[in-house]
Amino acid sequence: MADKNEILEEHISSEYKYGFVTDIDTEFAPKGLNEDIVRFISKKKNEPEWMLEYRLKAFRHWLTMEEPKHWAHLDYPAVNFQDISYYAAPKKKPTVNSMDEVDPELVKTFEKLGISLEEQKRLVGMESKIAVDAVIDSVSVKTTFKEVLAEKGIIFCSFSEAVHEHPELIRQYMGSVVPYTDNYYAALNSAVFSDGSFCYIPKGVRCPMELSTYFRINSSGTGQFERTLIVADEGAYVSYLEGCTAPQRDENQLHAAVVEIVAQKDGEVKYSTVQNWYPGDKNGKGGIYNFVTKRGICAGSNSKISWTQVETGSAITWKYPSVILKGDNSIGEFYSVAVTNNMQQADTGTKMLHIGRNTKSTIISKGISAGKSNNSYRGLVRISKGAKNARNFSQCDSLLMGDKCGAHTFPYIEIHDKSGVVEHEATTSKIGEDQIFYCNQRGIDTEKAIGLIVNGYCKEVLNQLPMEFAVEAQKLLAVSLEGSVG
Amino acid sequence: MISIKNLHASVEGKEILKGLNLEVKPGEVHAIMGPNGSGKSTLASVLAGREDYEVTEGEVTFNGKNLIELSAEDRAREGLFLAFQYPIEIPGVSNINFLKTAINEIREYKGLDPIDPKQFLALVKEKQKLVELDGKLANRSVNEGFSGGEKKRNEIFQMAMLEPTLGILDETDSGLDIDALRIVANGVNKLRSPERSFIVVTHYQRLLDYIVPDYVHVLYNGRIVKTGPKELALELEEKGYDWIKSDAQNAAV
Ligand SMILES: Nc1ncnc2c1ncn2[C@@H]1O[C@H](COP(=O)(O)OP(=O)(O)O)[C@@H](O)[C@H]1O
Ligand SMILES: [Mg+2]
Repeated sequence: MADKNEILEEHISSEYKYGFVTDIDTEFAPKGLNEDIVRFISKKKNEPEWMLEYRLKAFRHWLTMEEPKHWAHLDYPAVNFQDISYYAAPKKKPTVNSMDEVDPELVKTFEKLGISLEEQKRLVGMESKIAVDAVIDSVSVKTTFKEVLAEKGIIFCSFSEAVHEHPELIRQYMGSVVPYTDNYYAALNSAVFSDGSFCYIPKGVRCPMELSTYFRINSSGTGQFERTLIVADEGAYVSYLEGCTAPQRDENQLHAAVVEIVAQKDGEVKYSTVQNWYPGDKNGKGGIYNFVTKRGICAGSNSKISWTQVETGSAITWKYPSVILKGDNSIGEFYSVAVTNNMQQADTGTKMLHIGRNTKSTIISKGISAGKSNNSYRGLVRISKGAKNARNFSQCDSLLMGDKCGAHTFPYIEIHDKSGVVEHEATTSKIGEDQIFYCNQRGIDTEKAIGLIVNGYCKEVLNQLPMEFAVEAQKLLAVSLEGSVG
Repeated sequence: MISIKNLHASVEGKEILKGLNLEVKPGEVHAIMGPNGSGKSTLASVLAGREDYEVTEGEVTFNGKNLIELSAEDRAREGLFLAFQYPIEIPGVSNINFLKTAINEIREYKGLDPIDPKQFLALVKEKQKLVELDGKLANRSVNEGFSGGEKKRNEIFQMAMLEPTLGILDETDSGLDIDALRIVANGVNKLRSPERSFIVVTHYQRLLDYIVPDYVHVLYNGRIVKTGPKELALELEEKGYDWIKSDAQNAAV
């Protein structure tokens, strides 16, 4: 039917609404990567010697490594690491206390992103739910609610600030979950990371609001290498949200982040992300290469780490948020929706590494592929020797829209302790013409019908997201897929 | 209400409806019977606007509009409802949410504001009773894990909620035990009104003991080959379809 194609056209031309570029005066590092650039970044940030040493060690290690190309179910041209600028920062440094000093273009950017800091600020004093840290290109520009959080002893600030203000915590935890030797992109990040968020919840404190970071790649020719470190001390709890967007550009841009989470005894971290980097156009031109390492460790007993992700953006996604279940009775969870459309490629999943006794993990993965995209789930469940009574439940569902896309499931299961129980369920279904016609017959048009069906399919995951994020994610899903059936 | 003239329709290049005529006036109930494969579901699908079915000839007027030109959703919004022979499951979407979306889409088409949530819930409660639908089912995902009978009851519940002017029931009786059949038929009877018409597609006569039709038509090989009063259904029940088949074949020769 003609109107389906019209919907498709309309959708493709309007789908990525965050594709704007903000005209912020920016300072760049020269393109290319060598020890001088690493020193340049460290100097720009006025870092202590130990930090520079860490970067240099990581850089030297990176030089010995090879770019991983062949194991994931992905296909893309080699990244030219010498053609990237590793540092870009808004020239006007906004101060934390006065909104008036923030570059007005920057404020406009936030407004376009739907996170008016003005709004956020006005909410201070009233009962507000979210504290925001925003990272544009490489530099954290604003952290709100710092004072409110400080009263409880909660630290929520940019990574650079933490390097200066809380060196003991950074030195204790940075690289403790994802060492720079871990993989190629983690090594690269450790060498050149420019900023990110740091969050520490002290013993017995329940963080009273959602903590949130928005990442935005703005400048052309740059990569983004942020680091996030979240620590919940004994008995602490925090729910952390991360959102990201990037402008529409013809070139591919590299995003190689590292996220580390530590949950001590009885601590709990809930990490949610809605990843909406620019996916490239319908022919696969442009878009973000999203190669990130996210890992958490349940270090103490009865601790819990939960990852929830909604992945709709990026040309290529390579991402496996993982949990090391070291503490006895600890719990790891992974809830994921990964959508690929047009020429997008995603290889994503999780690793649950059971080490402690009575550890439990749950994996719910919902893949949706449309257009000519490729969507792979790759997950590892490992029950180590001595991990008595470990339990895992995995459910991996794939939904196909049309017949030119691909969905693949690669579950790896390693059981080294006989008392372990691993359950794995997988389904593949096609979004049915039947389902759409059924909705049409009740007066619901095809666009709304797809939104309804897809949101229903993802419900278990969307239910895990905090309210505001869930609503946003639902809209995003509908937009990412509109017109992809027919 | 609806006027079908010389309707020809094919699916995948194969002609299924071969010149079908039918006229339904407001308030009337027409039963369509016929052997398996005669084209009953095809007729229902064509009227509801299913994409795979191509109308190659003929015309259909529905409440003064050219039905063929309307999209499936606009037909629904104009008041055409199809109770599916095989209701579709939509996992993760609650019946309530589904119906609310449907009602509001129809209201928007008519230039009305979205339904007031309280009013909506009151409507749900009222209409559930009509088909003795368990309140829990309304909150479950659309048709997911419903028994055959529950699915059929859910179709009638949806029909009651959407208040169409023309209800097409495609073998709503199949797979129902006698109690469920009575409940479903009762629900339909309560929805009968001088403004609302029904086309009841059925394979068996027994549904027509409960939903008493004004006319009975026999569909065979893509055409209506016989029309009569409600007693025709009994005759079919007794004699089967073979005499109709041979009559029709003789006529064709
Ligand atoms: N989607 C389809 N593709 C091919 N043939 C079909 C399709 N739908 C129906 N038919 C054929 O059309 C004829 C009529 O089917 P149907 O309308 O379902 O009959 P009834 O409902 O009277 O049993 C049958 O021969 C059937 O095989
Ligand atoms: Mg049928």
